[in-house]
Amino acid sequence: MIKQRKLMQGNEACVFGALYAGLNFFAGYPITPSTEIAETLARKLPAIGGNFIQMEDEIASIAACIGASLAGAKAMTATSGPGFSLMQENIGYAIMTEIPCVVVNVQRLGPSTGGPTAPAQGDVMQARWGTHGDHEMVVLTPAGVEEVFTLTVKAFNIAETLRTPVILLMDEVIAHLREGASPPEAGELLVVARKEPKESPAEYLPFKPQDDLVPVPASFGTGYRYHVTGLYHDEAGFPTGNPEKIDRLVRRLKHKIILHQEKFLFYEEYLTNDADIILISYGASARSAKAAVNDARAVGISVGLLRLITLWPFPSTAVSRICANASVVITAEMNLGQIYAEVCRVLDSAQRTLSVTHVDGTLIAPQKILAAIKEAAK
Amino acid sequence: MFKKEIRFSGSGGQGIILAAVILADAAVQAGFYAVQTQSYGPEARGGASKAEVIFSDQPVDYPKVSTPDIFLALSAEAYAKYCHDLKHNGIIVLEETLLTPHCAADTLKFPVFATARKTGKEITANMVLLGILSSLLIDFLPKALLEQAINERVPSGTTEINLLAFNYGYALS
Repeated sequence: MIKQRKLMQGNEACVFGALYAGLNFFAGYPITPSTEIAETLARKLPAIGGNFIQMEDEIASIAACIGASLAGAKAMTATSGPGFSLMQENIGYAIMTEIPCVVVNVQRLGPSTGGPTAPAQGDVMQARWGTHGDHEMVVLTPAGVEEVFTLTVKAFNIAETLRTPVILLMDEVIAHLREGASPPEAGELLVVARKEPKESPAEYLPFKPQDDLVPVPASFGTGYRYHVTGLYHDEAGFPTGNPEKIDRLVRRLKHKIILHQEKFLFYEEYLTNDADIILISYGASARSAKAAVNDARAVGISVGLLRLITLWPFPSTAVSRICANASVVITAEMNLGQIYAEVCRVLDSAQRTLSVTHVDGTLIAPQKILAAIKEAAK
Repeated sequence: MFKKEIRFSGSGGQGIILAAVILADAAVQAGFYAVQTQSYGPEARGGASKAEVIFSDQPVDYPKVSTPDIFLALSAEAYAKYCHDLKHNGIIVLEETLLTPHCAADTLKFPVFATARKTGKEITANMVLLGILSSLLIDFLPKALLEQAINERVPSGTTEINLLAFNYGYALS
């Protein structure tokens, strides 16, 4: 049977994906262009016995999510640039304390208040490095409404599996876009449940890593008592000044993500097999890039598209493999070259690269990318 | 390939985004690939805004309207800002009281606001506009699907008046 498609908005799809993944707690401070996520959850969550709280600001919002998650909830918050900036310290806290949560950042044009309704992809590096200290970050970016749904589910699964915050990085176009979508049925997608410790409370060590390098901090209220701190801590959760333990913790927090990254380095190739020119793009820009590839193919230019879905950890191996035989690699994005710099870092320094940037508050048009492809084909 | 590009424009608060959402909803129900986008400023009301719909028998990559088949305007400011790149043989639909310079393409002027006032509420002008559009798209999009989408998308308690305005608009062209 062909599944019925429904007109759905990107922000709505995020809500439905989150509920599918078991979301039962949302705290947020509504901000354009993410507002519909809070608005929809304010209606949906109480109806299923979940909690929706509008907080006083974004610092409190993510703090509430971290607390709820520590008590066993599947928690999410949603914001845009200005709020995402405020959340950075606590994102680091969630990394350090290994508390899973999903943070949705619907990017708008910055810096500062910038353009509330203007599309941009300027938070790519902020999503990676916004919080201080050495750390890895998992950042996923969708290019269509149905993909918003599935990536939201995956974001929750990765957060649970690795006990770390995961960023769903949308842009205004995808968040506000409405298109026909057929979201997965119940049971069609994997949903990872919160792990529970097997040891008794007496022998339990909350931050002792398992074989997969991930510990199993128990949910508060289930009989396990332990200390949670953003300070360097030992496996019992208490602050430590022991250099060896500190070193082990900082390295493990990074390595637990690297160890599992092959499972969530998502990307999509379009006509790349025989392509002489490779175009790299992501999010809404990738839709314009795909249109540009079709237009370029129509005039006989051999070009293909590599659409990045996971931005961080950066899929370095895939990028260098897919671009290996390309005469030119073009990166098209709605910022001043944030992923372009990363592409250059992983490619052979002799390879020719081009950067197509766009920061005027509109969606980058296929014609602009097509012009770069034609330039590259000369 | 079949593809129609529709651009609604007006002043923030006139409901042009809702009109576009209803059109896209009906197009999806009719089996088309449809996308709907909008562009508006930070203000809650006022300012020129646009809402766009593309429906096609093929998936739509670039979701913004490049060359409208039909351009509709409810304010002179929006007309000035967004009436560009019309297709050859493209159609312009305007509220007749707008003071706008002559446009080269076929321009259809209708008493959108006056018709809306016949329902008792001028705010239904967006549905009058949608009714006019429905008659222009009747070869591709059944009227009943638009009525069904109105039924599902307008605030509860306002279905009747919105359908009335839609049908008044449909009868205009």
